[in-house]
Formats: sequence, structure tokens, C-alpha cells
Amino acid sequence: MKKILLLSSFMAILWVAMSFSVCKTSKEKLMIDVYNFVGDDMLRLDTVTYKNELGQSFTVTNFKYYISNITLKNTNGKEYKTNTYFLVDEADAASKELTLNDIPDGTYSSVEFTLGIDSLHNCNGAQTGVLDPVNGMFWAWNSGYVFLKLEGKSPASLSPGHIFEYHIGGYKSPNNCIRKINLTFDHSFAVNENEPNIWVLRADVSEILKTPETIDFSKLSSVTDFHHATEIADNYKDMFDITHVGYKK
Amino acid sequence: MWVIKNKFVFIFSILAVTLFVFNSFVDDNPYFKITAKDVELKIPQGFPKPFYTFKNNKLSADVFMLGRKLFYDPLLSGDSTISCASCHQRIAAFGHIDHALSHGINGLIGKRNVSGLENLIWKDTYMWDGGVNNLEVQPINPITNPVEMNETLEHDVYKLKHNKQYVMLFNKAYHDTIINSERMLKALTQFTGLMISANSRYDKYMAGKDTFSNAEKNGLVIFRMKCANCHKEPLFTDNTYRNNGIKPDTALRDLGRAAITGTDRDVNTFKVPGLRNIERTYPYMHDGRFRNLKQVMDHYANPEDYDTGADLSLHKIGKLSEKEKSEVIAFLKTLTDTEFLYDKRFMDPDMRQ
Repeated sequence: MKKILLLSSFMAILWVAMSFSVCKTSKEKLMIDVYNFVGDDMLRLDTVTYKNELGQSFTVTNFKYYISNITLKNTNGKEYKTNTYFLVDEADAASKELTLNDIPDGTYSSVEFTLGIDSLHNCNGAQTGVLDPVNGMFWAWNSGYVFLKLEGKSPASLSPGHIFEYHIGGYKSPNNCIRKINLTFDHSFAVNENEPNIWVLRADVSEILKTPETIDFSKLSSVTDFHHATEIADNYKDMFDITHVGYKK
Repeated sequence: MWVIKNKFVFIFSILAVTLFVFNSFVDDNPYFKITAKDVELKIPQGFPKPFYTFKNNKLSADVFMLGRKLFYDPLLSGDSTISCASCHQRIAAFGHIDHALSHGINGLIGKRNVSGLENLIWKDTYMWDGGVNNLEVQPINPITNPVEMNETLEHDVYKLKHNKQYVMLFNKAYHDTIINSERMLKALTQFTGLMISANSRYDKYMAGKDTFSNAEKNGLVIFRMKCANCHKEPLFTDNTYRNNGIKPDTALRDLGRAAITGTDRDVNTFKVPGLRNIERTYPYMHDGRFRNLKQVMDHYANPEDYDTGADLSLHKIGKLSEKEKSEVIAFLKTLTDTEFLYDKRFMDPDMRQ
């Protein structure tokens, strides 16, 4: 009898302790809303004409890219890794709301993510969800994901129909186009139940066309394999910035 | 009598019953039934650890049967005329018999010779240029190639979702109603991945269960001295890419491995093929230029005619006498695995072939 009492009180203490530890670290749902821009203007597919660095006008017909493995770093230097894969498609509004579940409460100072897909998931065989090859972001002949697709039209392009198309992928050296994006915030962002927990990720198409390599549509209108791919990857490396939204959605 | 009075009804019902019985025979022919035992992965004695392990694609009889159905079904092509088996014929060890380059949809011709299918799980990459990194994603190439099956993966999934028989087969295989490209590709992989050939006369000879003629024995000795550097036993390939000395075909302008890596030293190199069942997979080389093994021997034994970029190890071969050539060929024919070629697991249960 004594033994049973002892055991049950021990269990009770254990249960209380466990429930405390669960309460201690609350977790939130964090939304990252993606907005694609061209310079200062919001990207509009097909209808709006923009200009590149060389003054060549262009429209964008298709813009898709993978964002994966988002990692948040808090002000104490602690990292919170998520095993996440998102395919952002300008034409699909739902794809521009990235949801991260179970983000621990805290104050975060930077975020790191991958533009593209890690080499493991490039070699994983048949996959589903955003990694399903039916999404048109998979190369079969040289297996691996297309990390970013930017397609459009420019009178400067000498391709049939004056189109340009940049399909950038490749996870193997020397044609590795995976780029780690590291964004440190000016002010750290708190994540807790009182915050809106919505961040805005801004991607600028014009950055894909400049620095370090200025893209001339008349000279380079098509990149669909490893030729010139890393040049564009080095360009898209700095196309992102992130801000905090101060209102509840 | 009622039946006699309505003799048309009578004939019709006999016909209906016959058709029903015949149909169920075709669908559930016990001869082609696959059991759990049939899909056990057995690594043959002396074979290394495979690259593809089925770790994320649990082998099961129902998934295998789904894969078999897909492999033999022209539904997967753009106009329902070409199946995987159109170019991967079982009697040719799943190569394309007597075709240097295969014709796909609308009579269009591809640019490479179809490889036989065998021991695929021991390959680190697929295709002559090694561009494919996982067996599961290999079928996307022939399915979407405009000169092969000219279909989209998306539309294949759509067709499967709207086909009663496949709805039933996917359900049986995966125990729910989801049909997607991942499952379709994984099922195909179970079917092709289990195509293991390791019961040829060569294997039996190595195990001390068969004997070789003198010519075959001499052929093996010559083979080990001059060919086995690249065609390494027991898989008869070292999975590398090499220029085997044949001069590039100026019409095909096929860069080989370099098209994948973009590296100059890979120009005109192609994956060393395994040689099992080689007797059945004619014609030979990545462009199918040699019709028979004699022509292959003549090429390798004639260093003066090698392409300038030929792999250095080829120079080990040197001259071969006609007798030596015929002995090597005699040995190569011991690699024919009739148990594999007539394995009922890999036959088309609908007997369309």
C-alpha cells in the first residue's frame, strides 16, 4: 500500500513538473508574407513594363522560386531550425504565405534560409507536395530541382517571341546555385502571443538582373542549364529583405 | 422453353459470362500473381551493397504489381501508343532488340541506344551520361521526352486518377485514395529495381555448379586481363564514364557526360555498361553502331582506329587474334541469364508483348 502511495505521489510530481516545462516555452504560429517587387514597384505579371539597369524594357510572365530550411536566430544566439520547403509562385497568392508552426516565443535578431533545395532533397528520388516534379520545377535529364524560374519578354531579347527565360538550378560544384540568404534585422522582432507574428519578406526581381553581373537581354536571354547559372545565382543572392508587420491580420 | 424462345438472350448471356470469366482470368491470372516472397530483396552472393535500398519505398506485392501494370501500359504516353516495355523488351533483357536508336511516339527517333534493365539498384547514376541521380526519378525522362513518350507527369497522374482500374490498384497498394507522381514513380521503381540478374552460367560456374568449355574458359582469362578493368565483376561495370575509343557520330553530336557536368574532360565519355545478358541486348554502344559482338571485338582490338580521346586503359587490350575474339564472345554469352529472362514476375500479365 505504502509503495503504491509513494509511486502515485511520485507520478503526480512528475506530471506537474512535465506540465510546467511544457507551459514554460509557448510556441507560436509565424507567418511570413512574401511580396515580389521590381525595384520600388510591386511585381505585376504580364501587364506592367519595367526597365533593367541598361534601360531595356521588360515584362515578367512567370516568377517562381524555392525557399527552404528557414532558421531563426534569437538575441541570445540560439538557433531555431525548421525543416520546411516552400515554392513561391507569383501567380498563386496562397503560395506567398509561408507558415511556420511551433516557433518558440522569443526575440529574434536574424533569419537564415536557402534559396533552392539542399543536395539531400535533390537526390531523394520521387517526392510529393512542393517537391513533386509535377510543379514544373524539376529537371529530369540532369536530375535536380530548378531553384528559381524568371520568365518574361523584352524587345531587346533576340530569342523567338522576344522572350527571356532564366531557369536556375544545380546542387553540385562547380555549378552549385544553392544560395544561403542571411538577413539580420535592424531591430529584433519579438515572437509571442501578443505580437501579430507576421513578417514580410520582400524579393526584388531587379536584383536578379544586376550585381554583380548586369544582365543584357540582347546577349543572355536564356539560361536553362549550368551555362551562366551561377552568375544569376550570385545575383539573386541579395534579392531579399525582411521587415516586421506591426498590425494584426 | 423460355431460353429457346429467346435464343438471342441465351446467346448473349453465354457471351457475357464467357467475357466475364475471360476478363477475370486476365486480371487475376494466378500464374502472374505476386506474393510477398516474390518481392523480397535478396542480394546475390558476392554482390556489393546496393546504392538503392528501397528504404523509403517499402517493397510489397501490391505495389510491385502496380508498377508492373504501369511498365507495360501505353496509357503513360501522350497518345497511348508507347509503353516503357515498347523499348525495354523482356526478351531483349529489357533492351530494344535490333534497334540502334529507338523510335518513340510518332515514329520519332531518339539519340541513344536503349540500355537493358538489370541490377539497376547497384548503379549510382542512370542514363549513358549519368544525368539521373535516383532510380525513382529515371522514368520521368522517357515519359516527358518529346521523341519517346511525349507526355507530362501531371497528365499521367490525371489519367491514372480517372481510370477505375488504377484507382483500385493504387488503393490496394497504398490502402488509401491518394494517387500522385511519387507513388506512380515508386511503384515503377519496385518493378524495375527488383530486376536482378545473377543466375547466368557464369554465376553457376563461379559457384562451382556448372562447367565452362575450353573456349569459354580462355575467354574468361582474356576478359579478366583486357576488359575487366572497366567491366568489373560481378556487375561487369565500374560505374565510371569513359571514352571507349569509338569516333563521335557527327550527326548525333552527343557530348555524353559533358552535357551533364559541363567539363571538357568529360566530352565523349559515356557510362561503362554492365555486360550481363549482352547476347540479348544487341546492337551495341551508346549509339547502337555495332550490330554484333564480333564488330565490338574488332573495334577494341584495333587501337589504330581509336578516337583521339580514347581512355588510356583501352591500350591494355592490344591486338586480339580471331580465335581470342571468338573466345571472349563465347565467354560473354555465358552471361545470359535465362532464369531472369523467363522470370514470370517480370512478364506482362496482359500478354500484350
